[in-house]
Amino acid sequence: MKSQRLQRMAVTSASSLLAVFVALCICAVVLLITGKDPIEAYRTLFGAAGDTKVLQGSLNRATPLMISAAAVAIGFKMNLFNIGVEGQMRVALLATAVAGAAVDLPAPLHILFCFIVAMATGAIWAGFAGWLKVKRGVNEVISTIMLNFVALSLVAWAFDSFFRAESTTGSVLVKTKELPTSAWFPDIVDRRLSGMFFIAVLVLILFYVLVWKTKFGFQLRASGANPGASRVTGVNPKRMVMISMLLSGALAGLVGMRALLGDVHAYQNNLAEQQGFNGIAVALLGRNHPLGIFISALLFGYLGEASGRLQLIDIPKEITTIMTGIIVLAVVIINEAVKRWDDRRIQHKAALALESVAVAA
Amino acid sequence: MKFFKSLTTGQRTIALSLGFMLVLSIVRLFTNADDITSSGTISSTLRVATPILLAGLAGVWAERVGIVNIGIEGMMIIGTWFGGYGAWKWGTWAGIALAIVAGSLVGLLHALATVRFNVNHVVSGIAINILAAGTTEYLSIIFFKGQQGGGESQSPAGKGGYGEFDMPFLSGGRIGSWRSPDILGWIEKKNDLPLLPDLAGLLRGLVSDIYVPTIVAISLVPITAYVLWRTRFGLRVRSSGESPQAGESLGVPINRLRYQAMAISGGLAAFGGAYLSCVFTSTYRQGQTGGQGYIGLATTIFGNWTPFGVFRGSILFGFPSALKFRDEKNVPALLLVIAVILIALGIVSAMKNKQMLTMGLLIGAAISAATYFLVDEVPQEFVAATPYIVTILVLAGAQQQLRPPAYAGIAYRAGENH
Repeated sequence: MKSQRLQRMAVTSASSLLAVFVALCICAVVLLITGKDPIEAYRTLFGAAGDTKVLQGSLNRATPLMISAAAVAIGFKMNLFNIGVEGQMRVALLATAVAGAAVDLPAPLHILFCFIVAMATGAIWAGFAGWLKVKRGVNEVISTIMLNFVALSLVAWAFDSFFRAESTTGSVLVKTKELPTSAWFPDIVDRRLSGMFFIAVLVLILFYVLVWKTKFGFQLRASGANPGASRVTGVNPKRMVMISMLLSGALAGLVGMRALLGDVHAYQNNLAEQQGFNGIAVALLGRNHPLGIFISALLFGYLGEASGRLQLIDIPKEITTIMTGIIVLAVVIINEAVKRWDDRRIQHKAALALESVAVAA
Repeated sequence: MKFFKSLTTGQRTIALSLGFMLVLSIVRLFTNADDITSSGTISSTLRVATPILLAGLAGVWAERVGIVNIGIEGMMIIGTWFGGYGAWKWGTWAGIALAIVAGSLVGLLHALATVRFNVNHVVSGIAINILAAGTTEYLSIIFFKGQQGGGESQSPAGKGGYGEFDMPFLSGGRIGSWRSPDILGWIEKKNDLPLLPDLAGLLRGLVSDIYVPTIVAISLVPITAYVLWRTRFGLRVRSSGESPQAGESLGVPINRLRYQAMAISGGLAAFGGAYLSCVFTSTYRQGQTGGQGYIGLATTIFGNWTPFGVFRGSILFGFPSALKFRDEKNVPALLLVIAVILIALGIVSAMKNKQMLTMGLLIGAAISAATYFLVDEVPQEFVAATPYIVTILVLAGAQQQLRPPAYAGIAYRAGENH
C-alpha cells in the first residue's frame, strides 16, 4: 500500500513538473516568434533567484495565493467549483477595512477581530452560492461567476457612497479610513517578509489536517468522490455542500488580509485584485494538495515577482501570464492522459492476475 | 396563458416586446422621461446589445453541442485585439474577419482540450481566459507600443468607421443628395400621445443610425435558429448536446461536430469582441470587454439556450446601459417599468394560484416603485450589476422553465460509453 501511494505521488509530481516544462517550451516558441531571445529571457527570469529581495517578494506574493488556492481546493475536494473567491475576497476586504477601523482593541485581539470579520463576510457571500445550490439546484459555477460581478458592483458602490475618507497625505488614491496601528499585521525579517506568510502556511496545515485527518474530511472527500454511496452511509450531501462552501468562503475572506492588514492598511480600488482568481491556477497545479499548493504558490509568486526583471531586457512581463494559462491547460491535459494510462495499467495488471489464477485452477 | 403558449418563439418575442413597449409608453407618459422610448435610445440599445448578443449566441452554439464555454470572455478578448489590429492595418472589415479566424482557433483549442483530452470544461475555459488576457497584453506591447496613437494597452486607431446610414422616408435618409422626409421622426415628436410615438421611436431606432455589422449580427439570430433547428447539421449538433450516446449509435460523428460547433462559437464570441474594438469604438483597449462575455453567458441561460431568447436577453441587458449613455436622469424611470412588469408577473402567478410567488412579486413591485419616489438617480453600479442579479433570480426562481442541453458540460469520450 505504502509503495503504491508513493508511486502515485511520484507520478503526480512528475506530471505537474512536466506541465511547467511544457509551458516553458511553448513560451520559448512565443518569445522566438516575436523576436525575443528565450534563453536570455529565462536566464534573467530564473537568475533573479539569487537575490534575497526577490525571494522575499516572492514569499509575499505567494501568501495570498496559498490561501486562495486552499479556498478553491476545499471546494474541489467536494467536486464544487468555487470561482467566486475573487468576489468573496472583495466583499470581505471592504467589510474588514470598515469594521476594523471602527473599533479600538489591543493589537493581537484587533487582528483576530479583523480575521473573524473577514472570514464571516466571505462565508456569507459564498453562502449565497451554497444556498442557491442546495435549495434551488443552481450550478455553483454560474452563480459564483454572477456573484463575483455583483460583489464588484456592490463594493464599488458602497465604497464610493459611504466609506471614502478624506486623504490626509494628499495622495490621489481614494481610500477608506486608515486602520489603527493595532490592526497592522507585523512584518518580519527587516520589515520585508509579511508575517501573514506564516498564517498562510498555518492555513495549509489546518487544511491538511481537516481534509485528511478528521472524520469530517473523510466525509467531504467521500461525498465528492461518490455522492450516492456516501449518502447511503448517512452523509447528507446537501449539508456537505453548504459546509464546504462556507469554509471556502471563509478562507476566501482571508485572501486579501496580507494586502489590507500587512500592506495598505485601508481599502482602495484594485486592492488585492486578481488574487482570488489566481488561486484557481495554483490549486490546479498543486493538485489540491497542501504541499502541492505550497510549491505552486511559491512558483507563481516567484514568476510574478521576477517578471519585472524581464522588462529591463525589453521583454514584456506579460509572458508570465501566458505561461500561467499554458500551465493550467497543460497540467489538466497531462493529468487526464496520465489517469487514463494508469487506469489501463491497473486493468492490464488485474487481467494478468486473473489469468494466472485461471491457469493455476 | 394557453394562447401565449400556442405561439411560436418568434411570435412570442413580438408579443412580449409589444407588451414591453406598452409598459414603457405608460411610464413615459407619467414621468416625462421621454428618452426611454426615443429612437436614439433604441438604436444605441442595439449597439450596446450586439456584442452581448454575439457572446450569447456563442454560448448557445457551445452548450447545444454539449460543451460549457466559460472561455467566451477570453475569446471576446482575442476578438477585440485582432479586430483592433486588423482595423489598424487594413480596415474594419478585415479586422472583423481576422478576429473571427483567431476566435475560431481559440474555440478549437477549447474543443481540443475538452473533446480530445477530456479536460473539465470549466477548467479549460478558465485557462483560456487567462491565456487570452496574457496573450493580448503581450502582443500589444510587441505590436502597438511606440506606434502612432498606440500604446502598451491600446491599438492605434482603425482605418475608417462605418458610415451610419438612415433609411429613406422612414427616418430621413438621403437618396443621392436629396434628403427624404423623416416620417417616423415626425410621429415620434408628438409625445403627448400614448404608444404611437413610442412605436415610431422603436421603428425609427431600428432603421436610423445603423451600422452594417449590427445588421449582420442580428441576422445571425434567425440564421442560428434555422441552422440548429431546421437542418440536419443542427439536429446532429443538438443531439451531441442532449444525448451523445444516442447520436453516436446512429452514426453521428460527435467529435467532429464538437470541433465544428466550437469553431463557430469562438468565431461568434470574437466577432462580438471585434465589434467593440472596430465598430463601437475604433481602437482596441485593454479590458475593453469588461465582463461582457459573462453577460453573454448569462443571456444564454436567460434565453433558455435559444437564439431568440438570447436576443431578448441581450436587449433587456443592453437597454439600461444604453439609457444611461443617453441621459442619466432617465434611468430611475426604469424602476417604475420594473414595478409594472412585476405587477403583471404577479397577476399571472396569482392566476396560477402561487401565493408565495405572488406576494414576493408584489412586494418587489412596491419596493421598486417606492425607490423611484425616494431617489433622484440610480447609481451606475446597480445598472452594471442588473444582468447578473437577473440571471441569479431567473436561475433561482424559474429553474423549472429552463431547459439546458442535458449533456452540456459532462465528460464524454466518443466510442467508450456503450
